[in-house]
Amino acid sequence: MKLFIRYLNLMVVTIFILIVLSFFLPFLFPGDLLTNISGIVAQSADQRTALEQVYKLDQSIFHQFIFYIESLLNSNWGVSTNDQSNLYQEVSLAFPATLELVGYALLVSIIIGIPIGFISGLKNHNPFDFSVVTFSMVGYSFPVFWLALIFITIFCLQLEWLPISGRIDLLFDVPVETGFILLDIARSDIPNKPDAYLDALHHLILPTASVAIVTTALFIRFTRRSIMDVMDKGYIIAAKSRGFTQRQIFFKHGLKNALLPILPILALQISTLITNVMIIETIFSWPGIGRWLIQAIYQQDYPAIRIGMLIVSLFVMAMTITIEFITRAMNPARERAESAAV
Amino acid sequence: MFHAPLVFARWLCLSLISLTLFACAKPSLDSINAMTFCSESNPGSFNPQLDTSSTTADASAHQIYDRLLEFNPSNGLIEPGLASSWLVSEDGLTYTFQLRRGVQFHTTPYFTPTRTFNADDVIFSIDRWRNSFHPYHDVGGGNYPYFDSLNLSERIKSVERINGYRVEITLYIPDSSFLANLATDFSVILSEEYAITLMADGRPADLDRFPIGTGPYKFREFRQNQHIRFERHADYFLPTTGPQQLVFDITAKGSLRMAKLITGECDAVAFASQSDLAVIEEREDLTLLEKPGLNVGFWAFNTSKPPFDNPNVRRALALAIDKTSLLDAVYLGQATRAKSLVPSASWAYQANAKELGYNPVRARELLDQEGVPFNFTMNVWAMPVQRAYNPNAMKMAQLIKSYLADVGINVNIVSYDWNIFRENLRMGLHDSVLIGWNADNGDPDNFYRPLLTCDAIPSGTNRAMWCNPQYDALVEQALLIDDFDARTLIYHQANTLLFEEMPLVPIAHAFQYQALRSEIKNMQINPFGGIRFDSVERQAQ
Repeated sequence: MKLFIRYLNLMVVTIFILIVLSFFLPFLFPGDLLTNISGIVAQSADQRTALEQVYKLDQSIFHQFIFYIESLLNSNWGVSTNDQSNLYQEVSLAFPATLELVGYALLVSIIIGIPIGFISGLKNHNPFDFSVVTFSMVGYSFPVFWLALIFITIFCLQLEWLPISGRIDLLFDVPVETGFILLDIARSDIPNKPDAYLDALHHLILPTASVAIVTTALFIRFTRRSIMDVMDKGYIIAAKSRGFTQRQIFFKHGLKNALLPILPILALQISTLITNVMIIETIFSWPGIGRWLIQAIYQQDYPAIRIGMLIVSLFVMAMTITIEFITRAMNPARERAESAAV
Repeated sequence: MFHAPLVFARWLCLSLISLTLFACAKPSLDSINAMTFCSESNPGSFNPQLDTSSTTADASAHQIYDRLLEFNPSNGLIEPGLASSWLVSEDGLTYTFQLRRGVQFHTTPYFTPTRTFNADDVIFSIDRWRNSFHPYHDVGGGNYPYFDSLNLSERIKSVERINGYRVEITLYIPDSSFLANLATDFSVILSEEYAITLMADGRPADLDRFPIGTGPYKFREFRQNQHIRFERHADYFLPTTGPQQLVFDITAKGSLRMAKLITGECDAVAFASQSDLAVIEEREDLTLLEKPGLNVGFWAFNTSKPPFDNPNVRRALALAIDKTSLLDAVYLGQATRAKSLVPSASWAYQANAKELGYNPVRARELLDQEGVPFNFTMNVWAMPVQRAYNPNAMKMAQLIKSYLADVGINVNIVSYDWNIFRENLRMGLHDSVLIGWNADNGDPDNFYRPLLTCDAIPSGTNRAMWCNPQYDALVEQALLIDDFDARTLIYHQANTLLFEEMPLVPIAHAFQYQALRSEIKNMQINPFGGIRFDSVERQAQ
């Protein structure tokens, strides 16, 4: 409980700092402050005064900040300078697409990376282990964008197996409800659902694979290292001498102890993963927050940049702290030694 | 014994095999009557009255709207559109249009029309750009670049309703290109009823953002940088074979559009790049349509800035560049050399028009004579987008830079984002610019007037900022005559004047291309503007 409060406190303080930082961003951007904040280019002096009153620019900075927090909470996130679209709507359309990609990539990495890591760690220094180590080293060293382009050249342009862009062929007219494409297909009433699923999965393969390969390689290396360490521990040797089979030892003692150090690494990887996903989104025209944010940066759409940055950093921060908390809760042994270092 | 590795390896093999099988199982789109067009950019609005950019015209002119008159895309003749017939008075001043009855406007989630198309819609659509006191005139900025560049609102005396289906337009002076102007992409007919509803709701700007028209497609959804969705207008007044759904997939990068055409994610693409044309022709699953285009690519000097206000300096610069090698290097032979403004496809084309050759020695002499120093520095603006009339302005700018270096002139190449580029051009911040013009109608006036008359300077289509009363008088005079031969002679005089004054160097008339998948049939290149899908069919494979 004490732990929970401590982490909650950490989270609240960090959120507050992020909001303060994002509040001051428009003051640092070049150009007209009112446009940077509201996204509207005032056409007349009257409109300008009216806008200034709405955004409390005529009042103290403290009032402006209070108003900023209020509008964040009320989903009143302003409009984009470029096309006057509602930023809250835009983000709520784009963000699930990113989550989807992050989710699948993480899932694939865990399903493939951790078992392979265990196997090669348990039977280390045999040909399988060497090839796994080589593969993971190579996979980890690839720049994601290069990998994605190679995939496109091979699978899209040469073999013509897979599509290059988007989440689903635009001809499937799937209404957006949840923002998660597979869920949306399930909830929609389009006539050709099986084709739509197949098409959506086709679109998922390459982006997921490009992101997942790096993360998988990383998981393999950490899992392998971790299980090798654990298997050398005294309690494993003790278990062996008591006559347990290899299988019993692994599942009773090895698995959990080897997994524990992996979780915090997962937390560390969240931000790398998101960064990679943002790059991949741009390459595969995946309509997620990364692509949206990069477009906003190109077009110098400051209100959009501000909200986009805030949302992405909030998400990374929330994920990291939550995973940290879970790790700590599962492993009280670390409590004392590392309580100072978060 | 511990068998996990074996079990896992089996499982992995199995899943890999199933994944491969799954990857080969292509989802079928045959059941959907739809097509995807990969366009190059976001439309500025959904009303072509407000914007001459071809992106806007592609996205709206022939999808959402109809015009009173239409160009036949194959021969350029004017045909009935929403006007079933028309009459021109003896003196050429009064035009009477008989309107089609029972033409339905789009019914969409945001608007349900209660009446069909009638004279009020015509009057509203024309008055919006013509009358600066019209309540809708300033909605959307109050700029109507096409009409402003032709100064058309000053030429129209009145637009009157004779009865519900008859409209009379009276001009101050005869204008032989008037009917052609009514058939351009920009002369779309909007719904007056919708405009009134929006005004009453206090959101008039929605007229151009959530469009309502009579055209073959209804607007459904637009997401910036992503896509535009259209749906077939079931009650369209003409029989159409076009797909039920039409999607514009906005793909800014040319290479990506080409890649998506190959994978079949695009059925047709905008602006296939010159270097891809050979690939498209080679592949069986792709088709390349080709047509001589009504366009001209040119190098315009900002004649409002010294030393470019001096015709001799302009002629010297024109002498310094070798057009033939520009044609080879930039258009890769996909264009013909331009002697004057209009291409050979137009009836006003002058085969024996005078033209400056490549003569760097003479160029330097002229520059010395006019006191332009050695190592003088000028800038050449290269447009950032690809257009048929100039597929690679940056490359052309670099070639020009090397030619001008030979005559002792330094060049800075300048480029901006397309919208900022055009805005800065309009303000006249350039020394010279590589740009061009795509005709909106078959009339030569559509080249001569918007490109170089005085009225076209504020509206931003006169890139040379050149104002010459003699030239304006010639262009005016040509409109007063109906006879093609007499008009041609006047345009030839204008050509001679342009040769002497050289406000711009005409470089090339490019072919127009349309790249598409072979299963798409009946697609036509529309030389008079925006792309059309109303007769396109997808053949099941």
